[in-house]
Amino acid sequence: MTRGERQKLFLGLAFISPWIVGFLMFTLYPVVASMFYSFCDYDVLTRPVWIGTLNYSDMFTDSVFWKSLYNTLFFAVIALPLGLITSLLVAVLLNQPVKGRSLFRAIFFLPSLIPVVATSMIWLWILNGNFGLLNHGLKCLGINHPPQWLADPSWTKPSLILMSVWGVGNSIVIYLAALQDVPRSLYESADLDGATAWKKLRYITLPMISPVIYFNLIMGIIGSLQVFAQAYIMLGGGGPNRSALFYAVYLYQNAFEYRQMGYACAMAWVLFLVILFLTWVATKSTRRLIYYAGE
Amino acid sequence: MKTAFFALLLTVSTLFPGCAREPNDRTADGRTIIEYWEKWTGFEGEAMQAVVDAFNASQDRIFVKKLTVSEVDQKLMLAAAGGNPPDLAGLWSYSVPDFAEKGALIPISGLLAEKGITREQYIPVFWDLCEHRGFMWAIPTTPSTVALHFNKRLFREAGLDPKRPPRSLAELDEMAEKLTIVEVTRSGTSKSVRFAELTKEERDTKDFSIIQLGHAPQEPGWWIQMWGFWFGSDLWDGEQTITANSSENVRALRWIESQVNKYGLENLRSLGASFGNFSSPQNPFLSERVAMVLQGVWMHNFIDKYAPHLEWAAAPFPSEDGEQMPNVTIAECDILVLPKGCPHVNEAFEFMCFVASQEGMELLNMGQKKFSPLAETSKEFVRDHPNPYIEQFINLARSPNVKTVPRLAFWLEYRDEMQVAADHMLSLTASPESAANHVQDRVQWKCGRVMRRWDLTRKERLQEWSEYDAR
Repeated sequence: MTRGERQKLFLGLAFISPWIVGFLMFTLYPVVASMFYSFCDYDVLTRPVWIGTLNYSDMFTDSVFWKSLYNTLFFAVIALPLGLITSLLVAVLLNQPVKGRSLFRAIFFLPSLIPVVATSMIWLWILNGNFGLLNHGLKCLGINHPPQWLADPSWTKPSLILMSVWGVGNSIVIYLAALQDVPRSLYESADLDGATAWKKLRYITLPMISPVIYFNLIMGIIGSLQVFAQAYIMLGGGGPNRSALFYAVYLYQNAFEYRQMGYACAMAWVLFLVILFLTWVATKSTRRLIYYAGE
Repeated sequence: MKTAFFALLLTVSTLFPGCAREPNDRTADGRTIIEYWEKWTGFEGEAMQAVVDAFNASQDRIFVKKLTVSEVDQKLMLAAAGGNPPDLAGLWSYSVPDFAEKGALIPISGLLAEKGITREQYIPVFWDLCEHRGFMWAIPTTPSTVALHFNKRLFREAGLDPKRPPRSLAELDEMAEKLTIVEVTRSGTSKSVRFAELTKEERDTKDFSIIQLGHAPQEPGWWIQMWGFWFGSDLWDGEQTITANSSENVRALRWIESQVNKYGLENLRSLGASFGNFSSPQNPFLSERVAMVLQGVWMHNFIDKYAPHLEWAAAPFPSEDGEQMPNVTIAECDILVLPKGCPHVNEAFEFMCFVASQEGMELLNMGQKKFSPLAETSKEFVRDHPNPYIEQFINLARSPNVKTVPRLAFWLEYRDEMQVAADHMLSLTASPESAANHVQDRVQWKCGRVMRRWDLTRKERLQEWSEYDAR
């Protein structure tokens, strides 16, 4: 390396140093530290005490841990496919050449721009058992005893799943971009062959946008297993009977309310492993279904 | 190279400004600035600001700068851990054991003794709330006790004597039935009748909707985790054993369950969903939809603000055995603490002493419309107090049956578990015994862990605290 090259390298490093320093201090160090603390009894204020794998073994006997994991997986298993299908369907509809298309696109994207606290407060009212818009609608449809969405333990998770569909604007935008990349020539050929709208969707659109569906699936797995904000704002410590105590909420409680940072770190690593495993499964099982042009 | 140097400098300068303690801790006239974090906003914040202003006006050496901080306990804990805490902070009495055992506070027993501030000067329960493991960690600021608040107009309409509130839980149940109005369909037409007038069949089928409720433990439900106090429970034995599944607690859970069985799960849920926010005119007590609630001394402020014409009164909340166990209440208080690592201990403590003086306490508590935690108050304080039942709340604080949350470092977890047990009763998803046993197992396990850790650090901590106090 010549002197000039060294100088350029140094200059380059200096300019990206905000990111490097930020990454080292605020990402890498906390990740490594959390691994260490997960083997300690640590409450932030006093010196961490090494306790080996006790936090991990405690987790297996902690019924609330299992409940939070169950709640989270329940949410993910329903909310994720629901979100993927809804956003895809809306994106396909918004891709049709109809009047006022831009307006519709803006309307569907709008909820994603609203701060999560504001959205949660609105939904608190929509889901209100007596005065809520949703139950009012259900009563108009003849359902005389609609659910007490947030007060009944069996309805808290479905309520949050319903809410999650509200925020699919981002996925819609990604799908829309992918849909516009599908070559028109393919549809024109299909039209000449007399293909129906469903067949065009099934045999052209879906294969062509499959990498984007895969991307949304992986992001969805990660996002739905980390679900926190709405549940925490609307149902605090997990709602009635901890029916909506999600993994991330229980992790937060341990870290910042009960000050069991060691246990919370161990929980974070277990969550990481769960997400890693599910992502691996998703990648393996969808490999043959994804079409990458040029491969 | 110069450019690279500036880029590096920029990086460093953007990363670290937040870490630096403000170098200038003096006012223009040379007074030491005390940084004080407090949680209060609104009129409560203004009341404390008035005390701060009075102190600052009396000083030529110290200037207190009050900063309103949300979630002050969590932020204080992290600031103390980072070695950059304020000089003084306002917390809650239940924070004391946790913060003290984790080394986040400075013990003030020695400082209090030096200034001649003793337990005798206080209503004992409030002093004791600031004590843990033999050391004082805080001074009480604004105290509270809870009592039954009831609607006198609804009492009269139900044929009850508004001067005769319930004296036992059985009486409360009986009165609640008379105060509850339901809508029921009889011979094809909808009718409003009092619950007490329902037929046995109507009670059994629970095919009615509640228009007005006498009382329900879940409204507002803020102390439902400690319902056992009114059955004679203490929640722990004061040593190393918690008593979540004591017979008293099981009876309390059974009583909560009995209320749901009586009025109907869906009927209560449906009614509860129609209640507005606590701090609004739609508050069910203020909008006269619930006749009796367990509430704190602050309730008067909300009545005054949102329902000034409400005819109400306060009385001790009745216990299971009203004769043997009268005047049961829960006492809590806000406190002032010195965080570990605070830069100006003596100056901050001087402000604490000012707040603890009769003048400071009365100024603060009159502003917040609460009562003074001091044993002696001026005649004018009670005479001019806007809450007509203030003496009731003071007397409750002095009651031999006054209860406090267990002074345990893991109280918040214990409380959450008790809340889950109560939730099970409210949703009829577990028996009182199994819910209480679950709490017992889970919290006792936690208790064991905390106690083991305390045993390991006890000697070191006690020595450290004693040395600090001796200084």
